[in-house]
Order: sequence, then structure tokens, then C-alpha cells
Amino acid sequence: MIRFTWRQFRGQATVAGIGLAVVAIVLAITGSHLAHLYDTTVATCATHGDCDAATGNLLGADKFLQTALNVLVLVLPGLLGVFWGAPLIAGELEAGTFRLAWAQSVTRTRWITCKLGLVGLASMVVSGLFSLMVTWWFSPIDLVQANRLSSSIVFGARDIVPIGYAAFAFVLGASAGAIIRRTLPAMATTLVSFVVARIVFTTLIRPRLIAPLHRGFALDPNATGFGSSGSPLSGAGHAALQPNPPDIPNGWIYSTDIIDKAGRPLTSQVLKSDCPLLGTSGPPAGGTHSRSEVPNGVQHVLHDCVVKVGTTYHGVATYQPGSRYWYFQWSETAIFLGAAIVLAGLCFWWVRRRVT
Amino acid sequence: MSNNSTDISAGRLAPAVIEARGLAKRYKRRWALSDCTLAIPEGKVVGLVGPNGAGKTTLLHLAVGLLAPTSGHIAVLGQRPASGPAQLGRVGFVAQDTPTYATLSVADHLRLGAWLNPRWDRDLAERRIVQLGLDLGQQTRSLSGGQRAQLTLTMAIAKRPDLLLLDEPVASLDPLARREFLDGLTKIVADHGVSVVLSSHLVADLERVCDYLIVLVASRVQVAGEIKALLASHCRLTGPRRDPKSLPANVQLIEASHTDRQTTLVVRADGAVHDSAWTVESLSLEDLVLAYMGRAASTELGHRPASQDQP
Repeated sequence: MIRFTWRQFRGQATVAGIGLAVVAIVLAITGSHLAHLYDTTVATCATHGDCDAATGNLLGADKFLQTALNVLVLVLPGLLGVFWGAPLIAGELEAGTFRLAWAQSVTRTRWITCKLGLVGLASMVVSGLFSLMVTWWFSPIDLVQANRLSSSIVFGARDIVPIGYAAFAFVLGASAGAIIRRTLPAMATTLVSFVVARIVFTTLIRPRLIAPLHRGFALDPNATGFGSSGSPLSGAGHAALQPNPPDIPNGWIYSTDIIDKAGRPLTSQVLKSDCPLLGTSGPPAGGTHSRSEVPNGVQHVLHDCVVKVGTTYHGVATYQPGSRYWYFQWSETAIFLGAAIVLAGLCFWWVRRRVT
Repeated sequence: MSNNSTDISAGRLAPAVIEARGLAKRYKRRWALSDCTLAIPEGKVVGLVGPNGAGKTTLLHLAVGLLAPTSGHIAVLGQRPASGPAQLGRVGFVAQDTPTYATLSVADHLRLGAWLNPRWDRDLAERRIVQLGLDLGQQTRSLSGGQRAQLTLTMAIAKRPDLLLLDEPVASLDPLARREFLDGLTKIVADHGVSVVLSSHLVADLERVCDYLIVLVASRVQVAGEIKALLASHCRLTGPRRDPKSLPANVQLIEASHTDRQTTLVVRADGAVHDSAWTVESLSLEDLVLAYMGRAASTELGHRPASQDQP
């Protein structure tokens, strides 16, 4: 049955193999150039004192390829689910060939095990290899940008999570195909549900995988902005100081707040009574302003205000430290693999009991 | 597939290749097969005949385990259909419209058969393909319907089954391909002594090759038995017009038709009909089948199943 599954899958496997080889060649050439650029400029910039120029130069290199690679790693699991997963069973049901396959001396259970196992494994290998190459290629850039954890796109396009995504998308496609029994609707369903699953996980589940840490810091009068958001209904805007978050290398900062020693947040009433001038001569309500945009006079007001507020209040950052990168990678991979296994169980049950 | 695989043919002298008890299958609201009780003896070539939508495909799919019964039991070669690789290996099946993998070649299909069937007879398969003049390298999408039917039949017999089930194998073939296919089947039966169940909605197809007949109409088995015995026990009675209820006790009415002065009856008679008022004629197989179909149609009038043979 393994040989037969391979015979059916051979064409798709060849396409994937060629694709990976082409990507490998392109990345080997451009990637070693990037690594060289890093070693000769960014790594030594501290001694020359031109670090801004060096990092800018590195980040600007191969801009198109950077975008393309991030997008490709992002969509590859979905494509595998749509083009390898969805037609796997739906194609046989649609063409009627399952009646030929199931008339051989092979049980349905073995048939579905081999199909899901072999093609599913191939999906994980393809996605994993691609992610590995891209991770290597991006390593100098990621070192500079330090956003592997904080950027949801970068996080999902590095190291091992794409393997989990691929396994999940593939089994999702196969199950949709078994249940819907028609290839095209199964493909569409797979795509939509995979995108929804990824968005829900990224926005709702990933930030809650482990409780974040908190770090307090003194408010810096020169690095704190002011913003207010007005609502047409209440009239009066909600005014707030916006502290610059502390520097947490490779970290993922959820939010920064201003609280007093008892942990009470700075309310806009307190802010108004402490700094009556703030906001009156300043920018109109309804926006956030970095210091550079704010006129000089307002800067003085803001400076004095932050000094005054800073006597009783301090900033606190809620964040995940960079050291938790691998904790997040492994957790998310494990959860998607677990979901894939649950879906595979559904697929087994459906093919054995419900199909025909 | 909730039934335990009890050997329901145990204790019989002639083992049944297919034994069904109260077998029924329902698709959503429609019964495709109802209350089917059958025992098909070993070594027969069985014709399963009935109009489209009668439940022939359903019965065959239940027999190969493609479908699970809604109620009742079926045992094929003494075991639950598709209960394991060994049971699957003993049953050859050619599905309706003879599906094959369009992008795989004839040779790929033979390889597939060899990989998936431990009892695969490679010589037999290759010899047959050569005899049929099929090109081994050709993709099956470019084969004719007859060639595809022959390829799938070859795959079904090269696995060396004890029972061969064929679902409308000749329905889509032209008359010449039809004859070639049926002649090939006759030869296979002679060579390998395999039991065969063959479905068709045309009696003429079955007459050539079958020695046992099952008439399935409107999801019910109307009659089943050896063709010789069926022909011997059925006859047509023609006589002056009279009420069919006045028939003797050993005569069972199948179908009656009347003109102003004359009555024609098709009956099943367990013994000779001693009534000089009747002219007794023997029936052709086709007449016999048509009589049962007509009876089923008149009793099921108004609620015949949709003319669909598939789930």
C-alpha cells in the first residue's frame, strides 16, 4: 500500500522536490551574501560607529526576497492543505476509484493510514525544510531586527512552527475532502478554515500560552508621549501619557501602562489635575503624537508634566522575554500537531463508518 | 457494520458464497434494499437482474463491504464483507462504470494489483492483457469503455478470488465488446472454477453465461433459483377468459393479462397443471423475468423508487 500511495503521489512529490531545490539554490547564493554583509558591516560597526547605516543597509538588502520568503513560508502550509490534503480522498470519491482501491486485499483502515501517513509526512518535511532554509537565510536580519517573537508574521515563518501548520492544514484538507466528497469545495473549505484557525490562534491563543512578565521603569520625561482619544458622544477625550517601553532584547511587549505604587493606573482625571495645561494648547484630540511632531511649547508642558507625574507614578511593561521564543515555538507546534492528530482520528472514523 | 461475523452458513451441506438474512439498506429516507434473504450456492454463475434503481448495486456493494447494512446480516464466503485482508482477497469486484486511475497506465494498474493482493497471479494478468491487445504504457483515460472493463476484470481475476462480483460490467459496452467480455468471463469460469455474481438490466446478457438467477425489483428479491429449475417450474397458461382465482392450489399466479375473450397467465406450478381448459406453454427466461418485473411494478404502483442505482 505504501508503494501504491507513493505511485499516486510521485508527481506531486517531484514538483515539491524541484521547487525546494530551486529555492535552496537561490537562498544559498543570496543568503551567503547576506551573511557576509552582516559579518563585514553590522558585526564590526561598533568600532566604526556607523551602526545605523550598517543595519539600514542590511535590512534594505534583497527587500523583495525578504517579503517573498516570509509570504511563501506563511502560505505554504495552506497550499499543502489545499493541493495535497483536499484532493487526497475527495479525488478518489469523485472519480469513483475508491471502488477499485477498496476491492483490493487492503482494508480501508490501512488505505487511509498509508495515505494520511505518507503524504502527511511529506507535507511536514517540505514545510520544515523550507522553513529551515528561510530561517537560515534570515538569521542576520533577524539578529538585527530582534522581532522573532514579537512579530506574528516572523514568528510563524521561522524554525519549527511551519511543520505544525503543515500537518494541521494537510489533515484538515484530507478530512474536508472525505466529508464533502468533492475536490473543489473541499479545497475552498480547507483554505478558509485554515486561515481562520491561524488568525484565531495568533490573536487569541498565542498571547495566552504563558502568563507574561511585568517590568517596572521610571518615566523618562524626554521619552514619554501624550495622546488623547476623543469620542464624539462623551465630548471630553480620554487623555493618557504614553511612555516609551523599556528596551527588552528580542522580547514581545504586550503593553506599557502607568501605575502608582498601589498598582492603580493613571486616570485622565489625575492627569488633568496634575497637568492642567496639557492638551489645551496642544494638539487636537483624537490622535497620538510622538514627540517630534509636537510643537516646542507643548514639549515643555509635557516634560514638566511627566516629571510631576513621575514622582508618584511609574511605567510598567507587560511582556514575554526573548528567552521564551522556543517555549512558544514548541507549544504552538505541539498544539497544531495535536489538532492534526484529532482531525486525523475524525478522518479515520469518517472514512471507515460514514463514507458510502 | 455492527453485526458480529457469525458464520451463518455453518451447518449446511453446500456452503453459500453469499448468505443474506433480512438484509436492508436505507439511504436517508429511501429503502434501496428491503428484507433480502438469500443463499447463493457455491460454483454458480449468478445473474442479478432488475430494472435500474432496483437495488442491484446496493446488494453488490453490501457484499463487498463498500456499504454497511442498515439492518440484517450478510456473510460472504462465511465472513463479514471486507472484514479483513484475507476476506477481501477472496472476493474480486468490478464496480459499475469500471473506474480506473485516469493518469496511471495499464502497467501501473497491474503493479497496483500485485502490490495490494498477496495472491496476485502475475502471469495470468500479463497474459490476459497481451491477449486483449492492450498497450501496457497507455494511460487508462485514453482506453475505451470495453478496454477499461477488461482491465478491471483482469485485475479482479488476477487476485485469484473465490467469488467474483461484477456490477453491470457490460452496460456501457457496444455489442461486440459485450460479447467479448462475456465470452472472456465464461472462459474464466471454466478455467478457474470461480463463483460469479453478475448484475445487468438486460436478460439477454445473462442468458449466455448464467445458470442461476436473482430477480430484484423495487428493492426486493422477487425470485431466486437455478435457471433450469425456474424455467421448468414456470409456464404460461392461455385459455378462455376466467378469474385467475380459480387456479388449483399448487399453482401460484405471477402475472395475468386479459383480452375480451382470453386470459393469459404466467404461473409458478409445483407439478403439472391438469386442466384441459388451459393451453400450457413453456416460458423463455426473458418472459419469466418480465413477468416478475410486471408483478412487482403493479404491486408497487405509485411508489416505485427513483430510477437511480447509486447512493
